[in-house]
Parts: sequence; C-alpha cells; structure tokens
Amino acid sequence: MTLDELKPGNSAVISAVGGEGALRRRLLDMGLTPKTRVAVRKVAPMGDPIELYLRSYVLTIRKDDAANITLSDESVSPVKKEGTA
Amino acid sequence: MKELLFALAGNQNSGKTTLFNRLTGSNQHVGNFPGVTVEKKEGAVKKHPEATVVDLPGIYSLSPYTSEEIVTRDFVLNEHPAGIINIVDATNIERNLYLSLQLIELGIPMVIALNMMDEVRASGNSINIPRLSQELGVPVVPISAGKNEGIDELIETALRTARENRRPLKYDFCDGEVHKAIHAIAHIVTDQAAEAELPLRFAATKLVEGDEPTLAKLRLDEDQVHIIDHIVEDMEHELGTDREAALADMRYSFIEKACALCVTRHQETREQVRSEKIDRVLTSKVWGIPIFIGIMFFIFWVTFTLLGEPLQNLMDEGIGLLQNAVGSLMERAQISDWLQRLVIDGIFAGVGSVLSFLPIIVLLFFFLSLLEDSGYMARVAFVMDKLLRKIGLSGRSFVPMLIGFGCSVPAIMSARTLSSERDRKVTILLTPFMSCSAKLPIYGMIIMAFFPTHRALVMISVYIIGILVAILSGLILSRTVFRGNPVPFVMELPAYRIPAPKSVLLLMWEKAKDFIRRAFTIIFVASIVIWFLQSFDLRLNMVADSADSILAMIGSFIAPIFAPLGFGDWRASTALITGVTAKETVVSTLTVLTGAATDAQLSQALAAIFTPLSAFSFLVFTVLYMPCVAAFAASRRELGSWKGAILTALYQTGAAYVTALIVYQIGSLILR
Repeated sequence: MTLDELKPGNSAVISAVGGEGALRRRLLDMGLTPKTRVAVRKVAPMGDPIELYLRSYVLTIRKDDAANITLSDESVSPVKKEGTA
Repeated sequence: MKELLFALAGNQNSGKTTLFNRLTGSNQHVGNFPGVTVEKKEGAVKKHPEATVVDLPGIYSLSPYTSEEIVTRDFVLNEHPAGIINIVDATNIERNLYLSLQLIELGIPMVIALNMMDEVRASGNSINIPRLSQELGVPVVPISAGKNEGIDELIETALRTARENRRPLKYDFCDGEVHKAIHAIAHIVTDQAAEAELPLRFAATKLVEGDEPTLAKLRLDEDQVHIIDHIVEDMEHELGTDREAALADMRYSFIEKACALCVTRHQETREQVRSEKIDRVLTSKVWGIPIFIGIMFFIFWVTFTLLGEPLQNLMDEGIGLLQNAVGSLMERAQISDWLQRLVIDGIFAGVGSVLSFLPIIVLLFFFLSLLEDSGYMARVAFVMDKLLRKIGLSGRSFVPMLIGFGCSVPAIMSARTLSSERDRKVTILLTPFMSCSAKLPIYGMIIMAFFPTHRALVMISVYIIGILVAILSGLILSRTVFRGNPVPFVMELPAYRIPAPKSVLLLMWEKAKDFIRRAFTIIFVASIVIWFLQSFDLRLNMVADSADSILAMIGSFIAPIFAPLGFGDWRASTALITGVTAKETVVSTLTVLTGAATDAQLSQALAAIFTPLSAFSFLVFTVLYMPCVAAFAASRRELGSWKGAILTALYQTGAAYVTALIVYQIGSLILR
C-alpha cells in the first residue's frame, strides 16, 4: 500500500520512495527514507494534506505526493500511544 | 585582529533567527542575496566586532533544487567563510543532523550549536554532548537561544575553531558500496576539484548523488564522466536502489547509529506533547477553519479598528500640526510661493498620507510575527493548503493574501516568510488584487453617487472580482511564466513555542524602518513628480486651476484608452494617475477636478462623467490596477529588481484593463 492510503492513527515502515526530481529528493531529505517508520496523525479539515509523525517530528505532505511512498503491508500497526511512532 | 566571516546555517524552525539575534544584538544589516528574493542578514558578533555572521536561509539539505539551497551552497563555496555555525534543534535531532553531515563535507571549520537543550532536559531526556562531538568530529555546544544560555560559550568555541582553522575531524559517514563509490570518484576528480576550488569530499559525494551544478563546475572530460557513471551504476546495482536514495539512506543510517549512542529519549518533550494537544483543536476537522477565521478577524479588528484608526488619526494630526508649523514658518520667512506649495501640497500631502499607514503596518507585523514564531502559521498552511493548491500556490501564501485586504504593503513584505522563491513571486503579484482598505473611500464615493441602495452588493461584487482575477491569474501564471515544478509542499509542523519578545520587536522595528526609508525615497520622489505635474503647465507656469496642468494634459491624452471601458473622461484618467501615489487620492483628485465643494455636488458631477455601468467598470479598474507607490516600492524591494516590479505592475494594470473592459462591454450588451 502507499502512504496516502494509511489510516490516521496507524503507522508503517517505508519500503520505497518513488517520484522524481525536487519532490522525491525533498521527501528523502526530510527523512522519509526506506526502513523508516512513519505514522499518519490526521487529515486536514478539507481532506488534504495529511499530518505525519516520523523521526520524532511532525511533517505535513499532500496526498498526491504521499502516493509516491510505498509501505510494507505487514508492518502496518496502530500507534500505541498517540504521537509515538 | 584578522576579520572573521561566519555562516550561520540550519533547518527552518531550528531557532536560527533567535540565535542570530542573540549573536549580533540589534546590530544587523538586512538585504537580499544578489539576483534572488532570498533574504540575507548579516551583523557583527556582540563584543567581537572583528567577527561577522551571515544568516543563511533555513534549509534542510544542500540539494540543488531551491534557490535557498543554492544560495547557501554558493555562499559557503564562494565566500570561503572562516567558519560555519550550524544550529541544530536538539528536540528533532535526527532530521537536523542530516544537513550537518552535508555541511561537514565542505571541510570548513564548523561548530554545532545544539539548540533547545533546555526542552530536552526538562522532559527528562538527555544528550551526551562529548560523545556526539566525537561521533561527528566537530565541536558541539549545547545552547538555548530562547533562554540565552550557552551563547557566550558558542561564540568562544566558534572563534577558536575558526582562528585555529580546525576543520572537521572526519567526513566519512558511509560504509559499504556508497563508501567505495565516493572514494573511487574522489580519486578520479582530485585535480578538477582543486581547480574548481570545490572541497574534494563534497564534490565526490555530490557526483555520486548526481548533482548537476557540481558536475558542471568540475568540467570533467568525457572519459571521466563515463567512469563515474559506471561506478554509480555498479553501486546502484549492488544496493538495489538509486543514487539519491542511497545517499539519503547512508546519512540517515549514520545519524541513527550516532543518536543511538548519544541520545537518551524516554518520551516526547513537553512542548511536543503540548503541541499535539493544541493541534487537536487548532487543526481539527470541525474547529480548524472557524478558529483561523476568528483569529484573522481579531487581528484585523485590533489593527484597523481598535488601535489602527486612533493611531492613524494621531499620526495624521501630528503630520498636520507639523505641516501647519512648517507652512507658517515658510510664510513668515517669505519663501517663494512654489516652494511653499511643493513642501505643503507635494511632500506633506504625499509622504504624509503614506506615513499615516505606518501604525497599521507595524501592528500587522506584530501579529504576523506572533503567528509565525509561535508555529501557528504552519498550521494555517496545513489547514488552508487545499484552497490555494489549484492556483499553483501552497497554504503558506494564505496569510499574506489575507493581509492584502488590509494593506498591500505589509502583505507583500510578509511574502518573505514563504519558503520558495516561486511562491514569493506569485504571491507578491497576486496580493494587490485583494482590495485594500485605502480603496474604501473610492467605493464610498461611487456607491454614494450611483448605487446608494445597493451598497453591500456593489462592495461584495468588487471584492469577489478581485479574488476571481487573482485565482484566474494564478491559474494562468502557474501554467505559463511560472510553469515547471513548484517547490513541493513538504512542510514541518514545528512545536508551538512562545515567541521571543526580542525577535518580535526586532522584526517590527526592521519593517518600520524599511517602510519609513521607502517613504522618504521612492514615495518622496513620486510625490514630488505628481505634484509637479499637477501644479505646472507645459511652459512651467504655475497653474491656478489644475485642469490646465501637465497632469490634466496627460490625463486627456490617455483618456481615449479608457473609452472602451466606459470612462473616457480626462478627469477619470487623471484621477487614476494620481491614485498611484495612494489609492484614496482618486477621490480627492476627482473632487478637485470637478470643482465639487460638497459630497452632493461631487455625486452630481460624477453623474456627468460616468453612467452607473461605467462607474462600476471604473471601480473594477481601480481595484485591480497597479498598487500604490508604497506597495510598488515594497514589491521592488522584495523581488529585488526594478524589472520584476515593473512587469508585475504592468501585468496588474493589464488585468485591470481587460477585466473592466469585459465588465463594461458585457454590461452594455445586457443593459441594452
């Protein structure tokens, strides 16, 4: 599955980061690298973008861009305590 | 003593500006990096006048994609600073160190200022500083910029490191395939890197990454490029991933290992926990948008009604008193008549009316810096992003545009906080379409004369036309002039923090200074020019009736241009010209030119110039055409070029023309 499909309150491990150019580089630079666990905290009031939690900080990206990030399906799990990934 | 130049580099939201203020005091010089709309601040270090710090833009990486990143790279590579002060947010250490590793590769003496250590300690977490310093090979100084802790030690360490030219002790953060590739490539490009004055390690790493600017700078021959491609392909093949991901992964893996050794993190910091709770309300599905609207209403109410109006009146009164005093002084000294009129009608009227906006601008910046420094601005971007995305902007542009409904000047100036150059340019261009408060007297005049019973309808439709034109322009521009990939909206939501009073005050002071400086330069000159045109005829005789002036001539000359819009009268076009000094001047010019003594007479006179439809078309044109000189000067300053500012003004005037034309022509068809 991809990151835009992950339900708020769940976390999963990134398996691949797709896309190209500035966007992809930006995602990687911000720490969305393979093997990183990332949680979806919430969705913005108008349904987009989404709020992520990873590497102990909060990041927001658009759903279209999140669709470039593939998660490993078996790693999906609900976030234990709210906010910790 | 030898002069020392320091570069202050770090992520956004790492407390960089606060640290810069701590390092330099109020002794700062603000400008732009050449050719880009990226702010450059520099100042002498407190108690060490021989050391200068340059505040580089907040960035997350030395990738070659945004103008901020390129500016930072170019500065560090070309200006050869004696040292880099790299500020790192200790509460968010992993992602912050990602930039640090890239900075270390530059081989320049460097100190890490580990900021927000107070928050780390208060939450019961800890960081082993000596160990971290050992892992990274550069000195690490724990500080709290907000609480002013550790700053002296940071300065001492930075000075020592730079004076003794202590370069980072290591720059090898990799192992395995990436390591092999970097080393192999370093061997190949040793000579070219020296020739291009690029640090070898940096050059090799960037080549592995596939960094275009570095490749261009090195001027490798074909064979070398070929071998390098081959090495990288091998690496990609072995790792099963591509070059950019491989390097990002290499850096983060190193950081994770280092942090595992040095950072003890039991829990989130209090600030992070608090932020999450606050966000449950401020960015919630139900309350996010209403609260934002409420906050903006509050800001506008305080700025324009509660404090702005009295302060503006006070300012007006003060300027009026001064004007009278100067007037009677000149009278007594029997200064020649034209000079008296120049000072009173030209300078005082022009500069004075613009200066009276100063309280509003300062107040707006007070609130803007609270929004920005508290971390709420990022939430606004999160909540409103979807609305602006279609026109090629991100949620970050929402607040500057809203401020535009108050006054374009601070709105344009606040575009500086946007994180991408493209967004800044588009925002600066679109903001003046938001009808500013100085245009209200014009609405009042036209409504009184033509639409006394449809006040609200006319007002709302004018505002909506402004917004529609902005949307349409955004759509067109993002598909033409500003085509290409916008900078991706990948934005940190920093923890909420209480803004440092010093930063807020410094920002207000800086913006006030900026505005006053412009009032006495470009606005001053513009006032004199308009006054001259208004007061003299072509033979340079002073005219008694401004209908005989050069300005009126120009007005008559260009009047036919506006005939298709329905207002080909010379008085209308003349008013539009004077309106450029300040929009409310349109009213006074029309009053003077029609010779009206009362509002009722003005209404009558206007009925002779306009039909209701052409009056509405005139209103539409007034809302959209180039903003006043003050806003124009602000956009010149922010865009960093006359050309950009003039093109922007031409576009706005063009859009005004086309829109008013459509309104008038279609209106004529319907009303026929």
